[in-house]
Parts: sequence; C-alpha cells; structure tokens
Amino acid sequence: MLTQRRKLAWPVVALAAFCCVVLFAGFFAPYDFATQDRDTPFAPPTAIHFVDAGGTFHIRPFVYGPGDSGQSAESSAQGSDQPYPLRWFVLGAPYKIACVFTSRAHLFGVARPARIFLMGSDGYGRDQLSRFLYGSQISLLAGLIAAILSVAIGILAGGIAGYYGGWIDELLMRGGELFLALPWLYLLFAVRAALPLHISQWQVFLLLISVMGLIGWARPARLIRGVVLSAKERNFVLAARGFGASDAYLLRRHVLPQTYAVLLTQITLLIPQYVLAEVTLTFLGLGVGEPMPSWGALLSSLQQYSVLSSYWWMFLPALLLIPLFVVFYAAADALQELHKSVPL
Amino acid sequence: MRRIRLAKACVVLIVAISCAYAGARALPSHASDDRMIADGTPGHAGGRLVIALRSEPKTLNPALALDEPSRDVIRCLTADLIHINRESLKTEPALAKSWSVSRDGRQYTLQLRRGLRFSDGEPFNADDVIFSFQIYLDEKVDSSQRDLLIVGGKPITVVKVNDFAVRFELAQPYAAAERLFDSIAILPRHLLESGYRDGTFSRAWSLSMPPSQFAGLGPFRLKEYIAGQRVVLERNPYYWKADRAGNQLPYLNEIVFLFVPSEDAQVIRFQSGDTDVLSRFSADNFAVLQKQQATKGYHLDDLGAGLEYNFLFFNMNDLAAQGPPEIAKKQVWFQDLRFRQAVSAAIDRAGIVRLVYNGRATPLWDQVTPGNKLWLDEKIAHPARSLEQARQLLESAGFSWKSDGALVDPHGNSVEFSILTSSSNAQRTKIATIVQDDLSQLGMTVQVVPLEFHALVDRLTNTYNYEAAVMGLVSGDADPTSEMNVWLSSGETHLWHPRQEKPATAWESEMDRLMQQQLVTLDYAKRKNLYDRVQEIVAEDLPIICLVSPNILVGAANRVGNFRPAILVPYALWNIEQLYVQ
Repeated sequence: MLTQRRKLAWPVVALAAFCCVVLFAGFFAPYDFATQDRDTPFAPPTAIHFVDAGGTFHIRPFVYGPGDSGQSAESSAQGSDQPYPLRWFVLGAPYKIACVFTSRAHLFGVARPARIFLMGSDGYGRDQLSRFLYGSQISLLAGLIAAILSVAIGILAGGIAGYYGGWIDELLMRGGELFLALPWLYLLFAVRAALPLHISQWQVFLLLISVMGLIGWARPARLIRGVVLSAKERNFVLAARGFGASDAYLLRRHVLPQTYAVLLTQITLLIPQYVLAEVTLTFLGLGVGEPMPSWGALLSSLQQYSVLSSYWWMFLPALLLIPLFVVFYAAADALQELHKSVPL
Repeated sequence: MRRIRLAKACVVLIVAISCAYAGARALPSHASDDRMIADGTPGHAGGRLVIALRSEPKTLNPALALDEPSRDVIRCLTADLIHINRESLKTEPALAKSWSVSRDGRQYTLQLRRGLRFSDGEPFNADDVIFSFQIYLDEKVDSSQRDLLIVGGKPITVVKVNDFAVRFELAQPYAAAERLFDSIAILPRHLLESGYRDGTFSRAWSLSMPPSQFAGLGPFRLKEYIAGQRVVLERNPYYWKADRAGNQLPYLNEIVFLFVPSEDAQVIRFQSGDTDVLSRFSADNFAVLQKQQATKGYHLDDLGAGLEYNFLFFNMNDLAAQGPPEIAKKQVWFQDLRFRQAVSAAIDRAGIVRLVYNGRATPLWDQVTPGNKLWLDEKIAHPARSLEQARQLLESAGFSWKSDGALVDPHGNSVEFSILTSSSNAQRTKIATIVQDDLSQLGMTVQVVPLEFHALVDRLTNTYNYEAAVMGLVSGDADPTSEMNVWLSSGETHLWHPRQEKPATAWESEMDRLMQQQLVTLDYAKRKNLYDRVQEIVAEDLPIICLVSPNILVGAANRVGNFRPAILVPYALWNIEQLYVQ
C-alpha cells in the first residue's frame, strides 16, 4: 500500500509542478506569444554566456545583442559583441493571471534590443518558449475539458445502464457502440465547415473540443457499467435496498463511489489522449487559429520540408511533450495499481 | 453553369500557354520545306529528361484540359499558329510563318508553313486549322479557349484562303489579336473528325487511349502512360524546327513526367537527382536546395518578379438585398476609402517579403509587377509603412479607440473581421497572419480562416459570404487584355464585386472605359497610357490592396543544356525542344 502511494507520488508532483508553470505562463514566459520580431525569423536558441570575448568571467550570465540590421535573417540573431546581461524579475509585456489580474512581471528577460529565445523563434520571429508555455494552457485545457465531459456523460450513461439493466442497458450500450464507430475526424471537419466565419477562434476551438468530449463518452460508460454491474450485487447494496433505499440514493451513496478509482484512472488516461487529439486537429488546421499557440500549432510548421531540414529547434516542443506524456501515463498506471490494491 | 464559367475565367487568367522556341527566324527561301531555325546553342541529340508533375493529367485533349499538369504535357505534344516568345514577351511565327493585318485591324491572314507533318506522319494543312477552330468555338464542346476567341461579343470567324493560308475575321479591332493564337493547339483533323461528328469528342484523347490514337505538331509524342506513375513522351521525328547547325529538333529522345503529389516531395526528388527540372516551389525550399547546390550537381535560378500578384481585398458586393446582414454592416467600413487606405498604410510589405518569401519577392502597390517591363507604370508611388498615417486616416473617417486600444467605428461597433485564405497555399496563410498582426496594432481584431480552395472560391464568387480575403492571380500573359476579366466591372474575376450590371463607383466606370479602350487601340504607347491610368486607379482607390509578387524560382540539373527559364508559364520548359543533356 505504502509503496504504491510512493510510486504515485513522483508523477503527481511532476504534473503539479508543470501545471503550476503553465498556469502562470505569463510570468515564466519572457515574451507575449503573439509578438512578432520580424528581424529574427527562425532564430536559433539564444546562447547564454558567462565568459565574454575578452575571456573575462561574469557571474551574471549574458547574451549578445543583435547585429547590424540588414543582415540576412538567419545570421542576424546573435551578431554583435555588445553583451546584455540576463535579468531576473523584470517588467515586460503585460499578461493576465487567471483572466483577471494584469501583471507585467516576468521571471527573466534581457534589455532590448537584445532578445532571449531559449527555444529559438518561429517563422514570424515569435519566442518558441513563450508560445510553448501559453500553448500548454490551451492544450491542457482542451484535454481537461474534453476528458471531464466524456467522463461525466460516461458516468451518467454507464451508471444508468449498469444499474437498471434490461432494455435501457441495451439501448445505451448499442448507442455507445455507434459513437465508437463514428469517424470523428470527418465529423469535426463537417462541424468546422458548417460554422460561420465571424465567430472567434476561441469559440471554434471550445466547440470542437466539446464535440470531441461528447462523442468520446462510450468507452468510460462501458467501464463504469461494468463496475456498477458488480457493485449493485454486493451484499451491503442489497441490504440497503432491503431497508427501502431509493434507486437514486443507492446510486449516489453506494454504487457510484465504487467507480471513483476507475474514474480517476480514466481521466488521467483520457487527458493525454484528448491533448493528442487537439494536437492532431490543430496540425490539420482545425484547432485554434493564428496567432493563438497550442502544441498542435507549434508542431504544424514541421509539416514543411524546409523547416524540418533546416531548423532543429522547431523539434523542441515535440521533444518536451515526450516526458510529459510519460508522466501522465505513469500517473495513470500508478492510480490503476492503487485502485487494484484497494479492497472494495 | 456559373461554376463552369468561373473555371473558364480562371483559366484565361491563371493558366497558360503552349511550348515553343526562342527568337526564331524563318529559313532561307531556298529551303525545300518550311522548317524553322531556333537560335539556341546547338546541343547533342539523345538522352532523356525526368520532370515531376503535381498530379496526373486529367486528359490530353487540348480543348478540354483545365488543370495545370494536363496543360504541361499538352504543351509538349502540340503547337500553335503564332507564339509568344517567353523571353521577349513578344509574338513570333510558329505554324504560321507570316501574317498580315488588314488596314481596319479586323482581318488577319496567316500563311502556314508547308510540308509539315503531324507526329504520326500525316500532312498538315489549312483544313486542320479550320477544324481546330471549329472545335474550340463549338459551344457544345465548351472549351476553355472559347472565351478568348470571342472578340467584341462575337466569335472569330475562320476562312480558308487556300491549302496554306487562313483568314481570321474579328468583329472589331483587337489590340492583342496576335497573342490570342498562343496556347491554341492545332488538332489533327484526320484523327479527331469522326469522333467530333459522332459526338464522342468529349471522350477523345483521354489518357486511357492507346498512343497510336494521338498525334500533334509539338516536339514530342505520347509513348506510354502508366496510371499512378508516369507519362512518357518520345521525340517527334517530324518536328518542324531545326537548330542553327541544321540538326532536327528536339534533341531529347524522351521526356518522363512522374506524378509526385506535393511540393516538398518534388523538392526531395529533385535534390536526390531523381528529376532534372524543378519549377513552382517556395522560397523556403529554394533556401534548402541552395545549401547543397555546389555538391549535388544542380543549379538554381531566381528570375525575379513573375506575373503573380497577391493582394488583400474586402467584400464590396451589394449585399443590401441578400447576403449575411452582419457582413453588410461591416461593408460600411470596407467601402470607405480611408479605411482601405489605413489598412494599406499599416501593412508591412517589407516584412512579408522577408518572412514569407525569404526576401525572394517584390512588394507591390498596384497589380503590375516589375517583371512585366512592357506595362509597368514607374510613376506609382511606393509609400513606406506608417501606422501613424493609418491612425490619422481612421480618425478622419470617424473611428476611435477604446481604453484597451480596440478600434471602434462611429456607431461604437468594434472593428472585427475575418480574412479568408486558401489552406493549400502556405504563403498566403502566412501573409494573412502578418496582416493580422499589423492590423492588431491599429486595434482591429482579425481572424485568419484558411479554407479549402474550392470552398474559398465558392464564397468569393457565388455566395459572397466573406469579409476579406488574401488571394493571388497570375496573368497568363504580360498583355493587359489577359486581365480584362479582373478589371471590367462586369468581369467574373472582378473579385471584390464581380458581375456588376453597371459600375458601382465612378472609378470602376472609368476603369471600364480605359480597359475597353485599350482593347481596341492598336498603338502601344497609347495603350500604355491607358493601362497606366488603370494602375493608378488601383493604387489610389484600392479595390484590392496589392501586397507582394513572389519571384519565379527554378532549378535544373547541371547536365541540362540550353536551360533558359522565363517568367511566363511554363517557366522552365518553354524551350523544351532545345533542351539537351550533356
């Protein structure tokens, strides 16, 4: 029991830390996600120096400023010898915390005209790190909303189907199979094409995510139905029924609580799945539009051969996603183990 | 029906022409036949060239082909009467060795070359010309060339003078009459007439037919077609051109057209040496290819601005009666010249050139690109980007800013609109994204919506359900007559407000008058003055906000000789009969 809890600890801590950074993306990101620096498209990650050209060691790390304007885009990122020290807790582009408070404080930055692109810049000269952090907000939110939606419907449908059985069960489960067989990608294409043009990208995105969540209820519903089927035959449930408890009371008090462990595991499994769905959608041009960043948007430029073959730092967001998904699945795994060992 | 017409209109504009030779001159009179001498460096006979096509040709029937791959192949198989030289952009003799114009400018008498044979060995004469034009002008065939051959509202009439002379009669004088003949392939009567009489012409020369059923007057003839893989052409032994040394053209034994579906895949095939010639690729890929230019045995050319112009335009259709009301409300802004001027002033054209095209493009303030030297109006001003000026213009038009910087119109509505682009054109989507950022600095909220191309065209020309769009047009020819469809207020490609019954604004009616007048004026200097004024109207009244013209980029393996790419379609292959391999 204890080892299992310990096994759960590290992924949860890692996830919490990541979510914290993402929540305060504005603070950790040095720039706004949409600010274009048209002099530095596809700038490689900025090198951080401790030793200057003269061989002197500096305690405060520094970057070199831009070279003469008029240089070609590829070489202008770090052209001059003028050092600009890295500053902590600087004021920069304004951003909102939790959509309410406005702040201008950033964790780090350098004085203009120097720029710091820790993950390089994209084809519009936008900071990739800032876009990754802001994009994580959107992608994780997408995953969360869709996962909660499908699990919520799953509980409802699975609970009712498992508890009442009979024709209701048949109807709901066969209906669920219909949803499983749906080619959702084409459905989303159709939904996107039918939307009017003047609604904002945000609304489009939320709508698509909701559609994704709504049509994904069948799998969690099946699982929950299974758990409910066995739970309702347990002795204490039968006893409560014998004492005259209503169906609603039984479901709420005795049956559904037994599905919570399964649900938690399901959500941790579904979130990365829907995050990936978002990545796919945006990659195909169905997700958030420019200039909003998301993981899919960050990866979509890799569709071009010229980017793929020339700018290695455009892969960095993809590389960062790998450990993140590992953590998600580790958490899901640990939860499942925990749930197996918990006596029902 | 409307869709079909639109397709035709697009073809007139966007599409191109057939293939030929440079600066040719007629043979000395003692020659036994009428072979032409091409002026390129004499090369070696033999060898083959491999070229990638974006998709399979749909047909090899010149009267029915609409897609670019079909036309690319047909150009190699057929020839026209009078041809536009892709280097000088002027007309020159082709199957017609000479021609004369009547004094009123309405009759063209063409003398045909004698002793020519189709690629199956059958002789060519005036009957083939008469037959070809009969097909192109037949409404039932519905060829895309028909629109071109209607001058002054009436179809051109074709009269046989003798076996080697034909006369074309026009309803009114037509400035660019000679240029009409370019792209009109002469068909073999002996192969196609029976099918035309039976009513099966629409199925003639589909790719599934055996090669023996095809014949043309082009440098090559069909050898084999393998569905999904390639079309192979072989040398036409009866071709009617020779080089300066008297060698029969073409030099190449074979041309292989591979079907390679995407630009990136084409670039990779070219890079690895699988294909010999590459055209129509982006500046980003140019940069990738450039890195290995020295080691990989190919060379790249940047020919400078072509004839393509990309622009932003607003929906100025008359939506009062029908059409989405929320768009009609925004049209008050779009129809205000100061609003359009502000947008134009705020756009960073230099930024577009740098970010979208890696510097391989030219900023534009009107529709004629610097590549079109015959028609460019040098007097058009090139104002630098100025957000300050843009704000002043908006202010004078009654717009104001809220405390958070958002722009609102005099009625207090915030200025929000969407810009449509084609999702298959990465450059235009990128342009729209830059415009979005530029306009956000004026406080406008702009959505960029990439749509599938046909859905986009449907919105622009049928339903008018859009607010603004970024589009590009490529003239098929340098001459302004190829742009009639765009600038006449009744035109199908008058994108911001197509098919008007009478011009909606004073400047559109002036533009109509100028375009009609240049069409019937025969003197170049006078026509130039008229078209200069059209360019000034475009720059001043901003029906479209011209942004940028991409450079024509081509590449070829070093072993390809006589490679002389041009800015007109088909950029790299226009002198294919003179290309040779070393």
